Amino acid sequence: MSDWKFMVRQLVKNPLSLAGIIIIFIFVIIAIFAPLIAPPPEGHIDPYRIPRDGYFATPQQPSEEHIFGTTEGQYDIFYGVIWGTRSAFHVGLVVIGIVLVVGIVLGSLAGYFGGVIDEIIMRITDIFLAFPALILAMAIVAALGPSLKSVIIALTVVSWPSYARLIRGDILQVREEDYIEASRGIGASNFRVIMRHALPNAIYPTVVMASLDIGAVVLAAAALSFLGLGAPEGYADWGQLTSFARNWIVGPSSDPLRYWFAVTIPGLFILFFVLGWNLLGDAFRDILDPRLARR
Amino acid sequence: MELRSYIIRRLILLIPVLFGVTIFIFGITMLFSPIERVSLYVTDARQFTNIPALIEMYGLDQPFWVQYGNWMGEIFSGNLGWSRVVGMPVWDAIWHFLPTTLELAIFATPIIIFTGIFLGTQAAAHKDRPLDHGTRVMAIFGWSLPTFWVGLVLLMVFYGYFTGLLPPSRLSVPMELLVQSAEFTRYTRINTIDAILNLNGPVLLDALRHLILPIITLSVVQMAFIMRLTRSSMLESLGKGYVLTARAKGLSERVVVNKHARRNALIPVITVAGYLFAGMVNGVVITETIFTFKGIGWWAWQSAVRLDIASVLGFALFNAVLFVLVNLVVDILYTRVDPRVRLGGTVQ
Repeated sequence: MSDWKFMVRQLVKNPLSLAGIIIIFIFVIIAIFAPLIAPPPEGHIDPYRIPRDGYFATPQQPSEEHIFGTTEGQYDIFYGVIWGTRSAFHVGLVVIGIVLVVGIVLGSLAGYFGGVIDEIIMRITDIFLAFPALILAMAIVAALGPSLKSVIIALTVVSWPSYARLIRGDILQVREEDYIEASRGIGASNFRVIMRHALPNAIYPTVVMASLDIGAVVLAAAALSFLGLGAPEGYADWGQLTSFARNWIVGPSSDPLRYWFAVTIPGLFILFFVLGWNLLGDAFRDILDPRLARR
Repeated sequence: MELRSYIIRRLILLIPVLFGVTIFIFGITMLFSPIERVSLYVTDARQFTNIPALIEMYGLDQPFWVQYGNWMGEIFSGNLGWSRVVGMPVWDAIWHFLPTTLELAIFATPIIIFTGIFLGTQAAAHKDRPLDHGTRVMAIFGWSLPTFWVGLVLLMVFYGYFTGLLPPSRLSVPMELLVQSAEFTRYTRINTIDAILNLNGPVLLDALRHLILPIITLSVVQMAFIMRLTRSSMLESLGKGYVLTARAKGLSERVVVNKHARRNALIPVITVAGYLFAGMVNGVVITETIFTFKGIGWWAWQSAVRLDIASVLGFALFNAVLFVLVNLVVDILYTRVDPRVRLGGTVQ
């Protein structure tokens, strides 16, 4: 486990990854304490629905009651971005979780057994990888009907093949190692060899990198939401909050930047969330790539 | 010849992939009931009066494989379905919207590639110095940026704050009318190129004015990607023996970096051209949506939002075929650029 200590020390030493850790930590705190930071109003049934202050279309300036102002349709921006943090973690964690399980199962089957199984699984990944990701995700969401669930399904479908391939590659590398041969020699079942010997020695780097892809997943989900292919209207979701501002990019000629809060604030939350994960991911890549680390 | 047999082998290998792609796309349409799927073929609202007859006519109550066969037959005869959003066949819609998107791509692609490679090289040449850290932070920032949000903020500043300086859409109204009029020949329907061919300065300037923001929006993320890739590839190449030799010969640092190291460092960059293409397609959908730049991406978005499944799937299929072909071309180019790559797929 000294490897882990070494890694953590490297991450804390590097100012960029330290910044990433701090940003992610802040978002975790926001997500956990959302009900305290932005308490749902009395009698509000679903806390993920952003409370509205009337139905007037024009966004209202930040005030004491709405510290980030309200966006189109009088949705409270502050409430939306705080609870949107939870939605972001929800989508990111669920997608990465499913994708990793699918990727590990199919990747290790393909890598360990090789032959026909490998060929079939790899050709299936070819099919999925033949589409530009967002286009396939759009098609799937449009076919299933726009909803948060469809977004999760779509993002899972488009991203599992790359992880399956990565893990297959990792397994291929350890398959010929002596300890695998040895455990097979003493009669261990294939299942046991994969679970106890092949996987633990092969996949940690891939799993770590994959977990840091949460940022990318959330970015893609936000893009789908922005395009109107995501959560239903009024759901606390950063992408949707950004799309509400589309009609309010330009204020009246006397004050062209009047609605800046509606345009910028939700996007800044997306940017910093993704940035946090990417900062950490970039540092990890350097640590995990020994060829570059030496120089 | 070796290369020809390689290409032929690769083309044959494409067949199962494309077969899988079509099965997958068709599988998605099968999520819908026959009644819903009839609308893929309906071109006129009056036809809805006789749905059962239509279902029978198109064989929508047949088993999966029969329907798949019919569908593939239609596709091979060029019928991808009917695009409700624009009221024309999907295939025509793709051709109708393609020039607009090409106009964006023609400008964005060189900017992405050259700027990305230039900054990446500089970062590697100044490793661990302020320039390297600066570009690194820029790159991480760049690919954390939500493209759609960048577009909105750019519009807010350059369309709102600097009133009307860089507006959305493709052309301003008077220019649009001029372009549509008989005096203006639309050779390619790519405005900038047509304007040059027509020797029409005002249209050219207006088209460029409308292009600046979409190009920036489309380029930021991809540029960051190319830059980081060039950097790490350059670092590897700078540590090689031939670079040491070049330095020992007393060549200037500029020649060493730009000639000896970079030429070899670019090989891995070529391999990601496929990813770049996919990234551009994704970016085009978002960029065109924000700027109402009515190209293929805008059409795909409209179709998806209005649940026009025929168009969305037609577009997806078109892109999949294109993407697969791009990857094939990239692989062939790769063998040309790097003589060490042998066509069997192994590196010596």
